[in-house]
Amino acid sequence: MKRVTLALTLALAAGLSAQAADAQTLKTVKDRGMLSCGVSQGLPGFSSPDDKGNWTGLDVDVCKAIAGAIFNDATKVKYVPLSAKDRFTALQSGEIDVLSRNTTWTISRDTSLGANFTGVTYYDGQGFMVKKSLKVNSALELNSASVCVQTGTTTEQNLADYFKANNMKYEVIAFGTNDETVKAYEAGRCDVFTTDQSGLYANRLKLANPNDHMVLPEIISKEPLGPMVRHGDDQWFDIVKWTLFAMVTAEELGVSSKNVDEKAKLENPELKRVLGTDGNFGEQLGLTKDWVVRIVKAVGNYGEVFDRNVGAGSPLAINRGLNNLWNKGGLQYAPPIR
Amino acid sequence: MSTEARKPPPQIALKIRRVLGGKAGWNGIAVQFAFAAILGWIGYEIVSNARANLENQHIAAGFGFLRNNAGFDVNQTLISYTGSDTFLRVFVVGLLNTLVVSVVGIVFATLIGFIVALCRLSPNWLLSRVGEIYVEIIRNLPLLFQILFWYLAVLAALPNPRQSISLLGVAFISNRGLVIPSPIGGSGLMPFLAMLALGIAASLALRFYARRALFQEGRMIRIWPTVLGLLFGLPLATMLVFGLPFTFELPQLKGFNFAGGSRIIPEFVALTLALSTYTAAFIAEIVRAGILSVHKGQMEAGASLGLSRGNTLRLIVVPQAMRVIVPPLTNQYLNLTKNSSLAVAIGYPDLVSVFAGTSLSQTGQAIEIIAMTMGIYLLISLLTSAIMSVYGWRVSRSLGA
Repeated sequence: MKRVTLALTLALAAGLSAQAADAQTLKTVKDRGMLSCGVSQGLPGFSSPDDKGNWTGLDVDVCKAIAGAIFNDATKVKYVPLSAKDRFTALQSGEIDVLSRNTTWTISRDTSLGANFTGVTYYDGQGFMVKKSLKVNSALELNSASVCVQTGTTTEQNLADYFKANNMKYEVIAFGTNDETVKAYEAGRCDVFTTDQSGLYANRLKLANPNDHMVLPEIISKEPLGPMVRHGDDQWFDIVKWTLFAMVTAEELGVSSKNVDEKAKLENPELKRVLGTDGNFGEQLGLTKDWVVRIVKAVGNYGEVFDRNVGAGSPLAINRGLNNLWNKGGLQYAPPIR
Repeated sequence: MSTEARKPPPQIALKIRRVLGGKAGWNGIAVQFAFAAILGWIGYEIVSNARANLENQHIAAGFGFLRNNAGFDVNQTLISYTGSDTFLRVFVVGLLNTLVVSVVGIVFATLIGFIVALCRLSPNWLLSRVGEIYVEIIRNLPLLFQILFWYLAVLAALPNPRQSISLLGVAFISNRGLVIPSPIGGSGLMPFLAMLALGIAASLALRFYARRALFQEGRMIRIWPTVLGLLFGLPLATMLVFGLPFTFELPQLKGFNFAGGSRIIPEFVALTLALSTYTAAFIAEIVRAGILSVHKGQMEAGASLGLSRGNTLRLIVVPQAMRVIVPPLTNQYLNLTKNSSLAVAIGYPDLVSVFAGTSLSQTGQAIEIIAMTMGIYLLISLLTSAIMSVYGWRVSRSLGA
């Protein structure tokens, strides 16, 4: 039903409001006083509501960082939980301003959806989780297995490719939401649960006995996850893109939520540029001079965000790996702010 | 010389005026045309605006995507399908899955509905209470909840494939579904099918002849022994001559799952069960209302003729009740078909799940896909009601109403 409503909204929005395409998203957001941010329906570590109903996670922190940069108040975000298959429609129809929902960057999504990826917040890859009692040690031993997967994801297509390439048979059972998929896996409907590896670790925590399940070593795909914005508003595209870069740059320069005020006082030319005491890069974006300070105060630098949500400081305890800074053996790299 | 009255000249213009304009005459027609023009203009504006905006936002549009490779798999396909087939084929696969669950659901819902209605009407206290409790419980719980209940209940009750329940060593029940031997055509298949078709045709002809003899000449002809011979004896005889029509491929446990044989997936079982029991509760009430609408004198008349209660119901009451039953029954059939779209909750690959769900998010072409899906549901519903209308018309006609 929701999907139909969304599609109708889209049809109406596309049909009746001609200015939707070139709308000034920043102005709309400011007028509304709220950033409308599309997130998942509950994926621990990335976006999930806690027991008090507060949203937390890496993707949620991206929303908070953008709200922080605009309003200097990380709480001014309206979270819109979306299923995998509703997410793009919600973005296209203008229901949300930015989609920050563990979404894989692919060429078809970048070119045919009327939306753009603004960067990579998490370098992921697809993996498999099985029950330990099956005594399987490699994904190549999964011939004739039943696989539970969430519908409307790149996962579904990678799965088909992988089993075909390795000449194995399988049965796919696709569910609408992540929780339904996990429930069916736990009920024994399938032998294997597959999604991005970060998601496997996150979902393992939801199972009754996490230790009865294991994640297989194979990574069968590249899944760079990142936020998306609509086509046609370059200023907004720049704001979201540079918010991500600002978080990475802050980590690179050792600026964290704890020391940002002291760092701003230092007579280091690069720090002065980034933290806005010199130059007006923030104003060129349509924000304020101290935009990076606001972002770091709102959520911290990229390293803090990673540790708090998915890394060492979280129950998921995922290694930085590919998500480390470029000068520490990872792929996170931000163009210079100058 | 002819004395017939001359036919009045055809008054097409006046007829148009009466049909379209009503009492308002020609002015009314003008209003109708203006209204139609405004509606058409609004429709045109919506379509052209949507097209222009989609183009502005560089959102892919048009139906070209239907020829692209889908790249994902589906776990129940009635026609052959692999990930390298097109989105158009996904559409057909999903449509067939929706149709099969709807048809099977409708058959079972009708059977259960009639049985429950007869229970409720039964003079037996226990039976009628059981019927009443069934109706009151089932129709007062949300359908989605019932689908999830059946799915999780079915899954929880069943063992994994390695411990599956064996039925005589040929069929197996596990939480992967029911695996049964699948028939493989042998040398005797063609003559077997030919004889079977011949038997069915001959039986139908015989029935037609017997009915005519009964209604026009009052002769009772006993045809069932001949029909039995035609339907079973004839094919059996050809089997003796030409050999077995087909052999069975037995399912075997290999690795995680059964290989060979045919499989009924638990999602299908759960969905059919939920849809048919739910709709049956409504059908039961419709049937009960239909039967109660027949005057009780009809029942008494049947009894006084010495007919049993069952025969009175079958021959006298139900045919009259059908006139009342068929129109609301059609509604229930349509509801069941449309409710089958809840399948996505339990991972049954119906049209909404694989086409309006997976394909939509793989291609992002919401407008085209939702329009196609709505169109096909409309078509299915209109066809169902057309079939039911014809049936209702035949029922009325046979009663001379």
